[in-house]
Amino acid sequence: MSNEKSDPLQQNGGLTRREVLKWSAVLGGTACMSGGGLFYGFTKKAYAQSRPEEKTVWATCNVNCGSRCPIRAHVRDGHLVRIETDSTGDNDFKTHEIRACLRGRSTRRWISSPERLKYPMKRVGKRGEGKFQRISWEEALDTVASELRRIIDTHGNESVYCHYATGVLGGTVSRRETFYRLMNILGGYLNYYGSYSTAQITAALPYTYGKRNGNHLTDMVNSKLVVFFGNNPAATRMSGGGTVYDLVHARKQKDVKVIVIDPRYTDTAATCADEWIPIRPGTDAALVSALAHVIITEGMAEEEFLSKYCVGYDDTTMPDGIPTGNTYKDYILGTGPDKTEKTPEWAEKITGIPADRISTLGREIGSTKPCYISQGWGPQRQAGGEQTARSICMLPILTGNVGISGGNTGDREGSYGIPFPRMPTGKNPVSTSIPVFTWTKAIDDAGSMTDLTDGIKGKKRLETPIKFLWNYAGNTLINQHSDCHKTAEILQDDSKCEMIVVLDNYMTASAKFADILLPCCTSLEEEDIIRQGYAVEMAYMVASKQAIKPFFESRSFFDIVAGLAKRLGVEQEFTLGMNRSQWVEHMYQKCREIKPDLPPTFKDAQKIGLIKWGRPDKPKVAFKDFRNDPETHPLKTPSGKIEIFSKRLWEIGKTWKLPQGDLITALPEYHPTWEGAEDEKTKQKYPLQLFGNHYKQRTHSSYGNVDWLQDIARQEVWINPLDADERGIKHGDMVRVFNDRGETQITAKVTPRIMPGVTALPQGAWFKPDAKGIDKGGCVNVLTSHHPSPLAKGNPQHTNLVQVAKL
Amino acid sequence: MLKRPAFYIDTTSCTGCKTCMIACIDKHDLPHGVHFRRVSEYTGGAWMKTKENSYEQTVFSYYLSIACNHCKEPVCVTSCPTTAMHKDANGIVSVDHTKCVGCRYCEWACPYSAPQFNPELGMMTKCDFCRDELEKGLPPACVAACPTRALHYGEYEELGAKFGTAQLIAPLPDPSITKPSLVVKPGRNTQPAGSKNGRISNPEEV
Repeated sequence: MSNEKSDPLQQNGGLTRREVLKWSAVLGGTACMSGGGLFYGFTKKAYAQSRPEEKTVWATCNVNCGSRCPIRAHVRDGHLVRIETDSTGDNDFKTHEIRACLRGRSTRRWISSPERLKYPMKRVGKRGEGKFQRISWEEALDTVASELRRIIDTHGNESVYCHYATGVLGGTVSRRETFYRLMNILGGYLNYYGSYSTAQITAALPYTYGKRNGNHLTDMVNSKLVVFFGNNPAATRMSGGGTVYDLVHARKQKDVKVIVIDPRYTDTAATCADEWIPIRPGTDAALVSALAHVIITEGMAEEEFLSKYCVGYDDTTMPDGIPTGNTYKDYILGTGPDKTEKTPEWAEKITGIPADRISTLGREIGSTKPCYISQGWGPQRQAGGEQTARSICMLPILTGNVGISGGNTGDREGSYGIPFPRMPTGKNPVSTSIPVFTWTKAIDDAGSMTDLTDGIKGKKRLETPIKFLWNYAGNTLINQHSDCHKTAEILQDDSKCEMIVVLDNYMTASAKFADILLPCCTSLEEEDIIRQGYAVEMAYMVASKQAIKPFFESRSFFDIVAGLAKRLGVEQEFTLGMNRSQWVEHMYQKCREIKPDLPPTFKDAQKIGLIKWGRPDKPKVAFKDFRNDPETHPLKTPSGKIEIFSKRLWEIGKTWKLPQGDLITALPEYHPTWEGAEDEKTKQKYPLQLFGNHYKQRTHSSYGNVDWLQDIARQEVWINPLDADERGIKHGDMVRVFNDRGETQITAKVTPRIMPGVTALPQGAWFKPDAKGIDKGGCVNVLTSHHPSPLAKGNPQHTNLVQVAKL
Repeated sequence: MLKRPAFYIDTTSCTGCKTCMIACIDKHDLPHGVHFRRVSEYTGGAWMKTKENSYEQTVFSYYLSIACNHCKEPVCVTSCPTTAMHKDANGIVSVDHTKCVGCRYCEWACPYSAPQFNPELGMMTKCDFCRDELEKGLPPACVAACPTRALHYGEYEELGAKFGTAQLIAPLPDPSITKPSLVVKPGRNTQPAGSKNGRISNPEEV
């Protein structure tokens, strides 16, 4: 094996794309699908004449984009020659086509990438070096099973952790639950709560509303004004069956004014914003406070709504036992403890938005009803994200836009779908749960983590460190987790976490940290039941077929886990005597219990492939029942009402042990944070804010190794011309982006589409450190921090200060 | 088959996602750098800092997806020394690979970058309006792929009557040069042709 750390080809045994394709051709014939395949004109005609008939198979793209696109795989001689999508008819919006985006359309190129894992491997050398030796499936499963047994016997079930991973969300049998099922039979595993997508908003919003809930985006046809805080469907919901098409379609029905508030002029802004308001990252709560000031002082607050449906707006609705001066009105008008009036002038300096624009925006929002206000998940993925999330909701609350058609709660748009069953996992005997983001501390320093210091749930203190790490279909071991270098250091010590098992399709940065690395089938290499995504307004299912045989020695996830079950003596309990195919049929019959109109057997369903039930007649209105009758339909909050002031947060803020500078408050407030827009001290050295936006080249890190996509949607750091000029940087220059945590080198996109003082490096690019540890892949996480947010203990991955310099 | 096939781009629906590019690349197995369809980002605007450390700006940006416009007076055809580049009875402009010598004159001549040199073939290649799909009564790959339904096709006269004949749109060249079979719905941000307000901001990607 060579010493090249950063060359995946070397680690993978020098595999080239030609070799991948040649191998797969051996299965089905002599057809060779190389870059010199189909061309227009003369060549193509000859090619077509010599070819036998194609078959077309329904499959899906299964990544974490919120949607779930059907793809039609055209197969010839046993391998893919073309990918198409749903073309079953687009005339009726209720059952419109679910058109895959550029990522799903590149599936053919993706599954034959040089980084494709071929066979089971075991680590030789240090963890993270990416040095592996090929082993048999027998040896691989023997090792994993015996280590799992040893670790459970030595340290207990709480030492086993199934890592947060979302590379494969589409299937039923090939999904994370299949391993949870095995683990629950074996005594359980350490849980996590939250997600890297929504840690802060999911923890915080229930204190206001009792639960997360939003109107469907299509409800905006009933609005007179739409305001998006950091909501970018054009990049985060790209499916032609998902939110971006809902948005575009809604605009065609009604040309309602759309205002986009975002540090970048996003693709959503380019498509449909009537106005873009640039805002410094992490300062949305300051903007909202100033807007609230305008709404309140100019008499636009809906006093009746606030009195009837809410707690904490003013003295008339405060809970017992709270000293005076702690109402929301006090906070905004400066009669509270901080004695600061949240005027537009106050917010201007913080947000970078001119005071007069804040004033007119406040008047627009205050006087236009109904007003659809929503936030994406970027604003909450910050050091003070919980405050941001609750603050944005204050605008619809102050203006009485909650629970009405054309309004919204301030949360992200809601979704619709049929809740088809997941693999039965049984109950986890272990109830201990850690925040999804703090697993490295659970490896490194578990004993110090308590309910009051680290958000441990189900137990007062985490007694057992993580010893066995299972990482199926995810890159959050290193690529998607904060502070790659610090994370690598913790992972490298195999006396701490003793066993890391990675299951994937590709040699990702996370795969390089495996002790045992197992190759899995892609979604085109196995059949499964796939349901609509989690962020759509249409219900459907795909009964997919195996389009092509598994590449190399890839195995189905179910078969891998069943192999472990056998070695651990629980095969019958795990499989119930069924093989994978029988489990698919079994789960399909459970789907038929919910939807009896489904065809009799899975094979019958596969003949149809894509089965649609369409969308509801009317867009959902969140908390409509509560708005109509708060007495009989109270919210799931202690008071049953909207808690602007949350007594629970008041208590938590006083009892939890937080690091200096971290705050949990009962009201939604703005507070400056470490490495935020107001951290003048750190800005001496690192003057530019940086965040990692979602980007069309990839879905997180999935598809991050497809050259077609890298070619047409380049990985670049966005920097404003004013900042670039100061640094002698021109568009296309290679630059260094660095702070105390690390450095990445990437090309610069000099563009006015981002605010001065702010830079953006799209998240998900593959971590490729050179011998000195400098990342050459443009991976934003060499720069992000492990410091969790105060309430959710969530990932603050958009709160960073950096410097950028010409290379 | 259509008499004068034309693409219709609704820029008010185009998010610049580039799915059209990939659908085309996948169908034709195009090698690196050969793009039958190209999505340009046209961006402009300035920033002004106020004395309160806040900002005013005039930023705008939009995307334009262009393949071949199968022009009424294709300059690629008139510039071709071998007659390889030709316009057929169905209005489609394409390359005869029994005649093309790869001199690349058409590439110089075309104001839309439609003819693309394929280094593996040593000849010119280009969008042929997915003639094979049209013959089956199906849409071109890019049109079928577009997630936001921004891209359509049809008879030029009909599309023009329905959606207007606005073609003087930046960054497109003057349509009187080649008379493109292209119908564009301008958006809020659309700049007039020849505008100096913005520029193509992603030259390396098209």
